[in-house]
Amino acid sequence: MAFVGDLDPFAEANAEDSGAGSKDYVHIRTQQRNGRKSLTTVQGLKKEFSYNKILKDLKKEFCCNGTVVQDPELGQVIQLQGDQRKNVSTFLVQAGIVKKDHIKIHGF
Amino acid sequence: MADEAPIELKDEVADLAPFDPTKKKKKKKVLVQDPADEAVDKVAEKTENLAVGDSLESSFAGMKKKKKKPVETDFLNEEHGDGGEDHDGDRISEDGEGEGIDLSQYPWEGSDRDYSYEELLGRVFNILRENNPELAGDRRRTVMRPPQVLREGTKKTVFVNFMDLCKTMHRQPEHVMTFLLAEMGTSGSLDGQQRLVVKGRFAPKNFEGILRRYVNEYVICNGCKSPDTILSKENRLFFLRCEQCGCARSVAPIKAGFVARVGRRKAGT
Repeated sequence: MAFVGDLDPFAEANAEDSGAGSKDYVHIRTQQRNGRKSLTTVQGLKKEFSYNKILKDLKKEFCCNGTVVQDPELGQVIQLQGDQRKNVSTFLVQAGIVKKDHIKIHGF
Repeated sequence: MADEAPIELKDEVADLAPFDPTKKKKKKKVLVQDPADEAVDKVAEKTENLAVGDSLESSFAGMKKKKKKPVETDFLNEEHGDGGEDHDGDRISEDGEGEGIDLSQYPWEGSDRDYSYEELLGRVFNILRENNPELAGDRRRTVMRPPQVLREGTKKTVFVNFMDLCKTMHRQPEHVMTFLLAEMGTSGSLDGQQRLVVKGRFAPKNFEGILRRYVNEYVICNGCKSPDTILSKENRLFFLRCEQCGCARSVAPIKAGFVARVGRRKAGT
């Protein structure tokens, strides 16, 4: 714990500048809808990526619909139909978009 | 390191055991007993060998067993007939004293070979356990009860023993509640009997997983893994201070993140 800082003291600060949101984490959440339906949100991808292209591939891969929504605070967020948390995280890691330890999966 | 904690917790919850340290002890003891049981006759040979002193080459693999067995064999033998509850209880007490006081039980006794590290380590721990048990490695684990969940109507879930769990973790219910709601991406509140009512349908398993994550992040001390910690807020930052080892770390504040609009839209937007 105590030695976290000595790798690069500015790593976090730099990350905060470049990445969206704090600490560069990509948050993958799920939310319940009516019945047993749910939706998955992906928040905090780097701004350089084309969200629409990622979304297109995600949709094709998991055979679900989805959209990019604009949030006033968090920027763009990808929404997908259904609980795709595992799928999304493996996809993002495999495509090399995000590193594995930068993904945070929320929800139960 | 980090992986240990969740697994540990898992057993505890799965056990469904209320706060009952004796049960834990028993379970552990039974586990130890099994290998000893089958190898009882082997041990007899081994101890003889040791007494003669021809085992100058210290095989590390066997050390641990050798150290324990000489003590266990005698009452394993006498108590083979009556297994069960009190048997375990007896052994706990005898284990500690037998090894600590009766020095002739040590494997190096009677031979002029050197002590191995493992043996001495075992000796130290036995003495430690005898004099002040709380310092020895096997500290008592806190057991959390599994969450009890009811359905209120079809769209709401009631978390019945929410307060109990907050108390066992020594955390403010508000803090736990914000974490739970943020993770589940729903809204909810405490009702009149201090139960947590959450919108949406959730299984007890879901609560359990989130609570486990909560414990890892906001309860368990990173240094010593003890759940005996205090969460305090110091100028807008949350700090976790361990009561056992005194180490402190900062923890991330709870953020709800993006919550998508679910349900009917209002005509205005």
